[in-house]
Amino acid sequence: MNLSQYIAEKGYKDNPRRLVEDLIQLVFLILGLVAVGSVLVITVYLVVSGLPAIFKIGPVEFLFGTRWASTASEPAFGILPFILTSIYGTAGAIIIGVPIGFFAAVFLAKMAPKKVREVMELCIGVLAGIPSVVYGLVGMTILVPGIRILFNVPDGATLLAAIVVLAVMILPSVINVSLSALQAVPREFEEASLALGATSTETYFRVTVPAAKSGIFTAIVLGIGRAIGEAMAIMMVAGNVANMPSIFKSVRFLTTAVASEMSYSSGLQREALFSIALVLFLFIMIINAILNVLKTGGKRK
Amino acid sequence: MRKIIAFMMIALFAAGFAFAGAAKESATVSTDGSTSMEKVILSLAEQYMADNQDVNVTYNPTGSGTGITAALEGRCDIGLSSRALKAEEVASGLKETIVALDGIAIIVNGDNTVSDLTIEQIAALFSGDITNWNEVGGPDAPVVPIGREAGSGTRDGFESITGTEDVCKYSQELTSTGAVITAVAQNPGAIGYASLASNLDSVKTLTVEGVAPSEETVKSGEYKIQRPFVFATLADKPLSDAAQKFFDYCVSSDAASIIAGAGAVPVAD
Repeated sequence: MNLSQYIAEKGYKDNPRRLVEDLIQLVFLILGLVAVGSVLVITVYLVVSGLPAIFKIGPVEFLFGTRWASTASEPAFGILPFILTSIYGTAGAIIIGVPIGFFAAVFLAKMAPKKVREVMELCIGVLAGIPSVVYGLVGMTILVPGIRILFNVPDGATLLAAIVVLAVMILPSVINVSLSALQAVPREFEEASLALGATSTETYFRVTVPAAKSGIFTAIVLGIGRAIGEAMAIMMVAGNVANMPSIFKSVRFLTTAVASEMSYSSGLQREALFSIALVLFLFIMIINAILNVLKTGGKRK
Repeated sequence: MRKIIAFMMIALFAAGFAFAGAAKESATVSTDGSTSMEKVILSLAEQYMADNQDVNVTYNPTGSGTGITAALEGRCDIGLSSRALKAEEVASGLKETIVALDGIAIIVNGDNTVSDLTIEQIAALFSGDITNWNEVGGPDAPVVPIGREAGSGTRDGFESITGTEDVCKYSQELTSTGAVITAVAQNPGAIGYASLASNLDSVKTLTVEGVAPSEETVKSGEYKIQRPFVFATLADKPLSDAAQKFFDYCVSSDAASIIAGAGAVPVAD
């Protein structure tokens, strides 16, 4: 009864096309919900499986403890070394990667001849497509021994190696996003500046870049997001020892802490790994929130 | 569309039959204990269950101590221990059966001139008491100890044999034997450990107290860095039929190739 009423109300009988339209809409809605559902499932699962261990260990001891010895006879679960390593490593990657990526983007957007530009953009595209395990492999076989010889340290698997790998890995996203931001600046801005007697370089850095500011910040935040979430490549070059971070020490990131111990873990150790994942998840959420603020802020102007 | 529906119906029927097959009454053999024995026991269980469809072998990775207690209290059929039973454990009514031996090779870079170490020296190299190779008769180079991640059976085995639990000062903790071997092959000061069953061509395998690691020296007990994989069972109470059959299979020569495939040295000929 209800169904026939509904059909009558919607006028499907007179207009079968509308029925098809609505059905298609429904199908697409369901497909869209797959993504939303995945986020919800992951969030709920992480919170449910990550929170208990934090309270078993004690939130302060967990977040600010400096010793991680998950399988010792007296286990300690302090993840401050991982948090600091993730922050230092990401900051280092940004400090090295962003200037390179930014200037490369300015060069590509404004100065490069067409041929050079085409070749460079192709290369950047390839760089973006290289799987992280390949970055790790190359880092492990070239960068790690290279650092050992160059800096005369006993072992090259250090925070520095991880920073260099991450810096290269974030380059494509930094370059591509900055590039489109720079290209979106209206030509009139530059023409006005040039007409007033500024040189091209002055124009690029005093007019174009400030106008593309929010896009460039977006690029940096995207780079941070990529760097903080990377696991495979740095697991192969960073040495994975739970030291407090230092540039020539073997270190463990939040991501690698989860990945390296997961396979054989049990009991509280396994629960604590989920808690680390939860902390990492919160970091990524904060970065995404900043990204959203930047994007809407850019539009309002 | 009709084809898809037909296909799904067939799939459903097939699944139904498969479940019906599995629902046939099955005996369960429960094992409990050492995480180091995971690979060995799971390989054995897999093969055994493939050969005997009506038996279900379970494995609970809890640790040697817990496994021994579980066997003693009758909470499992077979307790798994990756160390020999202590005298008081035997006295409390357990029987020890060695199923396999686990040999761990000590590896250094191919350029390292050191070729033999004592267990004390190995322990000192890993714990940071010795930081330069010239203290053990090698070149003047810093020692770079490379190990496995916490929870790894090889790490647990190495540390318990050399008495370096919780004191190892690793320079790298890697997640696979292959990664350890690669890292050792690249760094002239590196020292690491790896299961005997792995491919050690790219590194130099040390002799320990004059004995080179091999299946024979592990079996004869001459090679020191080894430990037994033990089945602990109640001495005065017989196993259930299914458990006894599985037990007999594991100690038989049929299982030897499976044990070797899982990286351990089988004791049965």
